[in-house]
Amino acid sequence: MSILVGEHTKLVVSGLTGREGSFHGLNNRRYGTQVVAGVTPGKGGSDVEGIPVFDTVHEAVAETGANTSMIFVPPRFAADAILEAADAGVELCICITEGIPVHDMLRVYTQLKRDGRTRLIGPNCPGVLSPGKANVGIIPAHFFKPGSVGLVSRSGTLTYQIGNEIAQRGLGNSTIVGIGGDPIVGSSFIDIVQMFEEDPETELIVLVGEIGGDEEERTADFIAENVSKPVVGYIAGFTAPPGKTMGHAGAIISGSKGTAQAKAEALEARGVRVGRNPTEVAEIVAEILGARV
Amino acid sequence: MDLLEYQGKQLFRKHGVPVPEGRHADSVDAAVAAADELGYPVVVKAQVKIGGRGKAGGIKLARNRDEARAHAEAILGMDIRGFTVHELWIERASEIDEEYYAAVLLDRSAKRPLVMLSRMGGMDVEEIAARDPQAIVRLHIDPLLGFQDFHGRRLAFEAGIARDVVRPVGAILGKLYEVFIREDATLVEVNPLLVTKSREVVALDAKVTLDDNALWRHPDSAEFRDVSAEDPQERMAKERGLQYVKLDGNVGILGNGAGLVMSTLDVVAQAGGKPANFCDAGGGAKADEIVAAVEVILSDPKVTALLFNIFGGITRCDEVARGLVEAFERLDISVPVVVRLDGTNDEEGRRILAEANLEGVHVAKTMLDAARRVVELAGPVPQEARA
Repeated sequence: MSILVGEHTKLVVSGLTGREGSFHGLNNRRYGTQVVAGVTPGKGGSDVEGIPVFDTVHEAVAETGANTSMIFVPPRFAADAILEAADAGVELCICITEGIPVHDMLRVYTQLKRDGRTRLIGPNCPGVLSPGKANVGIIPAHFFKPGSVGLVSRSGTLTYQIGNEIAQRGLGNSTIVGIGGDPIVGSSFIDIVQMFEEDPETELIVLVGEIGGDEEERTADFIAENVSKPVVGYIAGFTAPPGKTMGHAGAIISGSKGTAQAKAEALEARGVRVGRNPTEVAEIVAEILGARV
Repeated sequence: MDLLEYQGKQLFRKHGVPVPEGRHADSVDAAVAAADELGYPVVVKAQVKIGGRGKAGGIKLARNRDEARAHAEAILGMDIRGFTVHELWIERASEIDEEYYAAVLLDRSAKRPLVMLSRMGGMDVEEIAARDPQAIVRLHIDPLLGFQDFHGRRLAFEAGIARDVVRPVGAILGKLYEVFIREDATLVEVNPLLVTKSREVVALDAKVTLDDNALWRHPDSAEFRDVSAEDPQERMAKERGLQYVKLDGNVGILGNGAGLVMSTLDVVAQAGGKPANFCDAGGGAKADEIVAAVEVILSDPKVTALLFNIFGGITRCDEVARGLVEAFERLDISVPVVVRLDGTNDEEGRRILAEANLEGVHVAKTMLDAARRVVELAGPVPQEARA
């Protein structure tokens, strides 16, 4: 199994003709992802190394049967591109674009929830990788191999760091999901943890959080009630000073709520073991799965 | 981006939120002239991006020219919780009858705008909330529907404000919501929302935070950014497109990706060190970005050692290594540097560093080793760490 992306994925890339879009779109195809279409308004009829380009997502879906969309357009146009993909009926939309105005995302999030057809991952995320099956986004896939650890994170490079330390202990991943670091993202930790819980291939879930908001705390409550599989946590930002934003718009501390300490304590109080650094996370994972340390 | 009170009030005025008449001043003479023009009594208000101005003596009533001059002299240059006052807002004094609290903000948990109203304004909102949670009425707004008149009435009635001002207060909430939406704000707060003796409702304060990601839609607001008030290193970093936050330790830190850099700060702290900064070179950083980042980090005189922690995804380790070699050629680097490269093209990156044979550069195998090493090399944090 694995979750979200896999052999069934038929990907349409909005912004395929752009520099980043073509680089990563082709990279994803090389990995084995079925990249069936690109969309760039005005460039319909052309192709990017054999991938047909359409003027609209609707046309791309009608012609190719695309079921997943990846958004690689600049922030000013990204909200519109997500809404277009959802309107065209794709089941899953993965938005890599960073820097989308939060008010745009408020409207997009509300519309997608109301419509109920499309799951959004991101924005401002590295994408989703199911090792050995499909890669949608910018995760460097060569570090990862198929396995039973489900990994969900708000951050990109930190995910690679932890994923790599787990891989060095001989373990692989069912799926790696970057949900994105923005204040408003389409899918929450809870959404993804629930999918991992239901995925027969996932034996253990790693949750990589960071300061800001109350997602991790709410996920801790959810895990206590609904998750039977072991969960290992990590929180970045113990040394972040209050009131400072550290890159991710989401990582803003307000009062005591949202601190790394509060999040780690909330998770531990609900039976989730929390590693103090990426290496310790990998050690705990290896210990639980009984692999070589 | 946080706005100063008078900047927020400029946006209020634009969207029809009533505010007292006022003038901006950045010198004592300008303050006195503004006060004369407005007519006494006036209030002299320090313009700094921090709460508690009143308690700190940054807001004073002046009944005549002498008092206006004395207050302006006292307040300009004053330090309010670490912020120096460079600007004043001179405002016609209002006769206070009642003080309410109103706010529109982005509720991350609910993923909706949240409108709040309380009839117990004038003090710290956290204090109100702690004392009596019921005193603040909250209502989430559907962003696709927008703020309707009934929302305003409902908030006003449920907050139990005086009956004669229910309609104007409801209308003002609608206008504050307009400010929130039209200006791409993440916070619009009024404390106090004042009812005057003549039963007029005016916004006596304005706390507005704008979404930096949307400033391209608001060229006028982009001019509110006051670069002179920013920390010199932070300003330099911004000009170079780097994410940099200054901290007060002595271990300079450079990494790629916000999450990994935050984690690096934690690991350095766990190893007994004190980070001097947060610096994210970003995804796909090339040699130029690396040189720029090193320059910014080392411009902080407190830095006694530097840690490079790179996990290459889109970022290629060979590019980072080339950047570091270039930085050594272009800059005078006198502090020890610990480098940890992992990920895309890491072997090539380490080979480049080995060949360059740079003095004072130590290559560490893992993130933990790198952290321990840099803390050792940095030595203890000087007692007078804060510059």
